Amino acid sequence: METFTTYDPEGFYDELVDEKGVPRPGVQLLVDKIESLPKGNLRLRQNEAEALLLKMGITFNVYGQDEGTEKIFPFDLIPRIIANKDWQHIEAGLKQRIFALNEFLQDIYNGKKILKDKIVPENLILSSKTYRKQCEGFTPPKRIWCHVTGTDLIRGADGCFYVLEDNLRCPSGVSYVLENRQVLKRTFPYVFEKSRVRAVDEYPAKLLDMLAYLAPEGVQSPTIGVLTPGIYNSAYFEHSFLSQQMGVELVEGRDLIVADGHVHMLTTKGLKRVDVLYRRIDDDFIDPAVFRPDSLLGVKGLIEVYKAGKLALANAPGTGIADDKVVYAYVPKIIKYYTGEDPILPNVPTYICQDETDRKYVLEHLHELVVKAANESGGYGMLIGPHATESERKIFAEKISADPRNYIAQPTISLSRVPTIVGDHLEGRHVDLRPYVIFGEDIYVQPGGLTRVALKKGSLVVNSSQGGGSKDTWVLSPDQSEEN
Amino acid sequence: MLSRVANSIYWMCRYIERAENVARFIDVNLNLLLDMPAEESKQWSPLIMTTGDQALYEKKEQAYTQEDVIWFLTFDRGYSNSILSCVSAARENARSIREIISSEMWEHLNNFYLELIKEEAIKMAIQEPNRFFKIVKMRSHLFTGLLDSTMSHGEAWNFARIGMMIERTDKTSRILDVKYFMLLPEANLVNTPIDNIQWISVLKSASAFEMYRKEFHRITPTNVANFLIFNKLFPRSIYHCLSKAQDCLHRITGSTNGASTNPAEKRLGRLMADLEYTDIEEVIEAGLHEFLDDLQTKLNQLGGEIGTTFFNIRPLKSSTLSEQ
Repeated sequence: METFTTYDPEGFYDELVDEKGVPRPGVQLLVDKIESLPKGNLRLRQNEAEALLLKMGITFNVYGQDEGTEKIFPFDLIPRIIANKDWQHIEAGLKQRIFALNEFLQDIYNGKKILKDKIVPENLILSSKTYRKQCEGFTPPKRIWCHVTGTDLIRGADGCFYVLEDNLRCPSGVSYVLENRQVLKRTFPYVFEKSRVRAVDEYPAKLLDMLAYLAPEGVQSPTIGVLTPGIYNSAYFEHSFLSQQMGVELVEGRDLIVADGHVHMLTTKGLKRVDVLYRRIDDDFIDPAVFRPDSLLGVKGLIEVYKAGKLALANAPGTGIADDKVVYAYVPKIIKYYTGEDPILPNVPTYICQDETDRKYVLEHLHELVVKAANESGGYGMLIGPHATESERKIFAEKISADPRNYIAQPTISLSRVPTIVGDHLEGRHVDLRPYVIFGEDIYVQPGGLTRVALKKGSLVVNSSQGGGSKDTWVLSPDQSEEN
Repeated sequence: MLSRVANSIYWMCRYIERAENVARFIDVNLNLLLDMPAEESKQWSPLIMTTGDQALYEKKEQAYTQEDVIWFLTFDRGYSNSILSCVSAARENARSIREIISSEMWEHLNNFYLELIKEEAIKMAIQEPNRFFKIVKMRSHLFTGLLDSTMSHGEAWNFARIGMMIERTDKTSRILDVKYFMLLPEANLVNTPIDNIQWISVLKSASAFEMYRKEFHRITPTNVANFLIFNKLFPRSIYHCLSKAQDCLHRITGSTNGASTNPAEKRLGRLMADLEYTDIEEVIEAGLHEFLDDLQTKLNQLGGEIGTTFFNIRPLKSSTLSEQ
């Protein structure tokens, strides 16, 4: 079998083997298993896993194609393995970062001390598309804004983890983490058990605990719901999956109504009050009375109930300001400002196009930089300088000059790779990592997260809408990696 | 439970039941063909009549050949009652209530659909129709079995059963109506072997032949109608289906038999009372077709009442809700 014996890391940092191709600590068991498989068996298992995902209906809808066009989120059987030591570092870094960003949100909408102290430029915040004036002077239940976050990390050629992006609105993908794990447990049961991989499946229970913690004062057993835009949303599977795992209602905007100062569901037995919503609808669409008036997905009057303290929302409206890609550049300063500590997880070096010196540098070095628009996600609105054509770079140069506030640039980082099944052998493919963090009574970081993989050879774009797939992520238990 | 969810689970089951019945009708007709030498069009047009969508079929300028009829009833996405359309609609409903039904049910239904849209499915339906429609029927039975054995028998399940029972009533009454209407005029055929075969096929269309035999030994039109309308124990008789639907409705509202707390219960209660105090002689005397026609109208009304009672509720004015 053409597997690890012929696998070549090609000079990239590889998550499973070192520069000579020798398995890293904790990876040997998996390598042995794969080497022991008869020829063609790995491909067979991969096909079986894909068929299983299709049968389970774990699919997403592709925007811009016919309604009902379903694809499975491509999945690769070879897991990414993270040593305990690395994980401890990531976990501490994320807790610090999320804590600071929550402080930042509370401050931005109440008092704006950090702006007055000139740590973050005031015009940057007030000019952001995701700044919600409607939230000024408001403190959400338990003073928590960003209840669920998914932070994108990458590992560079130096073997260090960097934060690439914060997602504080409605980060998706955690259902794939849970389902991928189910598939892997069935595919490599022995290796899985012996490797002492940390469990990811307490996530739904942690999410439920957090939501119940937010319930309005005096509500003993709160009615909790997941608010979804409906079955044509690309993440609908996840909304349905999470509500099922938590045993709470899955509601759409049309199932809800505001009456008597409360939000109610329309049920077969009349109206039923709702106390907490894990909403998977963007701020813009959640309440046509306050945000976009043309929204058909939301619930009219919901924000008024929320502000009166009769309903809790996770995440709070207004969190988008903290994952603005320009604000991102200030996060290390934000962490220092609120915690007094240096950031544990560094940012990727970032040029802010609004800054004249930075902009000049960016415009002169477009061919070696990645340029991102401040409020786009899913890999849209991006320029990857080294891979772009001359005319694409020219278009971006014009965009940047016209609206410098809206752009940042970063050096292209050589993302780490993981062996991936290509035909009948393994090839390295670039990956990132999105761990999920729940902020409730305390801060919980799910051990693992979504490893997204760019399946196209040489590609650095891992988004599912752009040809990315996913892998299971194994975080090893403490004693296991100490033995090694 | 959410009104939207109740609506979806009700329709999910109606669609699956509908798909199964179409499969059974085709299967029975295929068997009938073997025994009845006649020109092809005469054998396939009654099937389209049973569906009540004759006009739609003829608008497409298709001939009444086996292949065309099977394709229309099975795979035509433009025909909303084809097996494929029904399974697809059931699946869309299931998708919107995945967190309510069991994952076994969802996976089965998803697979049912995915198998049906494969190229090989069409091939098998044309080349080995008996095998194909048997598989469709078994998939529907499996779905019903999963509904019963993997999901709690709470409110959602009761809505599911109501949907299934109302659809089944509708189909049994329809097959009886069309066949009775079609078969009776040929008085010279009464008691001939051909006549017998026809009536047996009516029973088979409702999977009732063997159970009928245990009840009545000889095949007569009156007994067949009696069995399919009034039999208390046969699971596809009109009486049985409606009485099961009534049980489910009472379980949902918590009211006792005989009491009714909303328009849907009232309507179904009246329908049951009519059946209780009628017998086959009265029905035949007043005209079976008229009886079944009236039943169909009442079934539609019942469907409407269930909708307004449970699925399309609108809130009261907020002032009437307020207690302050």
